[in-house]
Amino acid sequence: MSEVPRSATEPGAFSEWLRRSTWVDHVLLAIRISVAALVLVGLAGGLTAGTYSAADFVSFTMFGLTIGSIYALIALGYTMVYGILRMINFAHGDVMMIGSFAGLFAAGALNDAGLLNALPLLALPLVLAAGMAGGATMSLIIERIAYRPFLHVRSLAPLICAIGMSFVLQYAARGLFGTRNRAYPGFGWMEGTVSLFGLIVPIPQIVAFIAALIVLAGLLALVKLSPLGKAMRAVAEDRDAAALVGINVGAVIVATFAIGGAMAGVAGVLYALVFKQITVFMGFALGVKGFAAAILGGIGNLGGALLGGLVLGLAEALGPALVLEGFGLPAPYQLKDVIGYGMLVMILIFRPQGLLGERLASKRA
Amino acid sequence: MSFNAVTSSFKVTRRRKTPLAETLQVGALAGFAAIGFALIGAYVAMDKRHVVEDTLTLSQIAFALMAIAAGYVAGRDRQGRPSGTRVVVHGAVAGLTAGLCVSALVLLMGSVSLRATLVAASPMLIKALSLGAPIGSLQALVQLPALGALLGVIGGLFAAMPSRYRRALTYGFAFVLIAGLFRDVFVSVLDNLPDLNGPDWEVFGPGGLNRGSALLLLVGGALFCLVRDRWNAQIDPARRARSSKAGLALLLVGVLVLPLVTNDFVAQVAMLVALYMLMGMGLNIELGLAGLVDLGFVAFFAVGAYTVALMCSSGPLAVADVSFWVALPVAVVLAAGAGMLFGLPVLRVRGDYLAMATLGLGEIIRVLVLSDALAPYLGGSQGIIEIDHPRIFGVSLQSPAALYYLALALAGVVAFISWRLQHARIGRAWLAMREDEDVAQALGIDPVASKLLAYTIGAAFAGAAGAVFAALVGSVYPHSFQLLVSINVLAILVIGGLGSLPGVLVGAIVLIGLPELLREFGEFRYLFYGIALVAMMHVRAEGLWPATTQTQENARA
Repeated sequence: MSEVPRSATEPGAFSEWLRRSTWVDHVLLAIRISVAALVLVGLAGGLTAGTYSAADFVSFTMFGLTIGSIYALIALGYTMVYGILRMINFAHGDVMMIGSFAGLFAAGALNDAGLLNALPLLALPLVLAAGMAGGATMSLIIERIAYRPFLHVRSLAPLICAIGMSFVLQYAARGLFGTRNRAYPGFGWMEGTVSLFGLIVPIPQIVAFIAALIVLAGLLALVKLSPLGKAMRAVAEDRDAAALVGINVGAVIVATFAIGGAMAGVAGVLYALVFKQITVFMGFALGVKGFAAAILGGIGNLGGALLGGLVLGLAEALGPALVLEGFGLPAPYQLKDVIGYGMLVMILIFRPQGLLGERLASKRA
Repeated sequence: MSFNAVTSSFKVTRRRKTPLAETLQVGALAGFAAIGFALIGAYVAMDKRHVVEDTLTLSQIAFALMAIAAGYVAGRDRQGRPSGTRVVVHGAVAGLTAGLCVSALVLLMGSVSLRATLVAASPMLIKALSLGAPIGSLQALVQLPALGALLGVIGGLFAAMPSRYRRALTYGFAFVLIAGLFRDVFVSVLDNLPDLNGPDWEVFGPGGLNRGSALLLLVGGALFCLVRDRWNAQIDPARRARSSKAGLALLLVGVLVLPLVTNDFVAQVAMLVALYMLMGMGLNIELGLAGLVDLGFVAFFAVGAYTVALMCSSGPLAVADVSFWVALPVAVVLAAGAGMLFGLPVLRVRGDYLAMATLGLGEIIRVLVLSDALAPYLGGSQGIIEIDHPRIFGVSLQSPAALYYLALALAGVVAFISWRLQHARIGRAWLAMREDEDVAQALGIDPVASKLLAYTIGAAFAGAAGAVFAALVGSVYPHSFQLLVSINVLAILVIGGLGSLPGVLVGAIVLIGLPELLREFGEFRYLFYGIALVAMMHVRAEGLWPATTQTQENARA
């Protein structure tokens, strides 16, 4: 890592940086400056263009918070697994897809039983539970196939296995469930909007946001307060030392994958409720976004995952209107993904430890 | 990156179960695999392909192989040595369990309609799984476990027989399978050859092998293997090396005359294989030698393709109208430039992070190309059409065979460059860095410069592949440059063997050539890729044709 001057007032800091830096550092600095300039110019242009009203921006923000909370739930799986194994679960996005389909089938069964209309507030947790169960099961299978056999070696094998599993899941799901888009049946009561503090917000967004916060709070409590959470933190700190003090490392890893998968399952169900349709291929892009959120918040940091998810969601929701509009581009919303992926790349390059930085991030990466 | 660097003393050991429980587990696993195979729709799709005319379809063979494999695994004891009664009993139990699983599926599908959830659980599947027996009859339910048990016993006996005969049988079976699956290729070759076998004796039926020729091939393959083993045991190693060289030469000749003796379709497939070899060799430098996991590789392929498209198209978007031979070097240089531009910031990131960063970059390029914002320059989702075919001495290279030779020639050049690079100073620097970056740096290797060089050269090769691709297809669309292409190339490298040049050839043939030739397979090719990636990492992490350094290391370890 380059030595960036710690404070501008330090005498000779700049000349010291000049002395120690290489041409690569100069190129990177130039990239930083040009990206910052692009964003600023776009921001200025977007603010002065006045295409959107304040109410538009408020609804964009609400939407950003909703999708952000879904990203945060996905990011938790990445962050927890990375914290313990120092590896990315490449198939995590597809775990979310499986959870979403599990929720779909549960919703279908509940709808046929008439329960969905009779007791909507009981049915929703049941559907969420189905999604959690589906995600957790799939996550455990992935752990068993792609990670456990390679636990004691450092190699590319888990990464390649996880990429393979991602494809197996996508195309097996395609064969099993078909390619057409599916929608959850029987959530008619979610069609409307409510007025909240003078703002009109669609119900699914509120439901998704609140459900995500409840699940996140539960998870934080689990990790901070329960013995399992303590064991997880110990294994994340040092696997060998944890094994020495009598922690069953294998069981902790399994539990981590299960919890991460359950979170992804919740994300899948909420995604289906907000966006009204799911496909077998949706997992990939959402998985990358979730990873971006995890990195953005600081990988290995649960609060960071929440923060990263919300920031990424807001950036994606507001970015096209605020920044890209400023360049007068046609159809700026097509480039929404460029903002998400661009943030991912920028963070990986310039601040791999994320917003709530973890000291060792660059060494562990 | 080596596959055996131990980082933690913590190791998972498998709990041992009783032998019967293990056998039941193996049988159930095979049964679940069979159920999955049926429910993703593969059974019905592959049931249409006859390997042996009117006798065996591809899906029946797949099911039989699952039962035999279960019997084989169950038949071995813990040390891997088979013992008398165990072979028969455990093989039968494993096969029976697998068969029962499938029967249960048939019963379930017969009584409840699953189609709302599982689209492949159709009446056609029930009919196919009944194997001609009346649907829903007792016979249809009983015959599957019975067949499973029989095949399980065969698998067990297979485990018990001396390895010589086991190899021979495997060879014979492989001969039949290959001949049956690639019927069309062989038929087209036989059609082009002078009529040797006489009009009244046909090897192939309209769908697959005839029964007589299948039996002949089975016996012939087995005998071939036995004779060859005997021969190999007698002669000295020097002559064996010479004969393996002769085999390589034979392969080379086969590659050269392939499109001449078969039809256009096969030539087209061979072209695709050559194209993916080009890309594979590019990624081989990045991933195989320098250890950089690049999932955004397709971006450079796109740069090459779009450069040629813009320079050679006669459409409205063209910026120039020059010959392919002028555009090709420009495409390579531009792709290399793009590689350098991307590489500079990204290469400080390591390992899994690098995979994600490059993936993000690749997706950014695809979204940008697809967007309306750049549509006035790159055509958006409409792409660029009417790209001129390359001409050589006034002859337009239009036929698949001609383009195949173009791609093959480029692949040859690139293979030569790769081979020289690999054994040059920089190649050793890459290998050192792949193994341990910190140590390599301590030894005086500049990590940034050598990584950047690997990234740039790899990108240049991908650009060349993209240029040929544009000339071949005659049009470029953004949807040709999805992440899937990067994954394809990655899979080719992993299957063939990281860092191994012949491995790239093997991987491209297995992963690109075979699925193209097996049309029924096309729908499931990515599933197959995924399974192949996972299986390869578990069974043979060094690849089908490992790099020589890898084999040396393994021999020492």
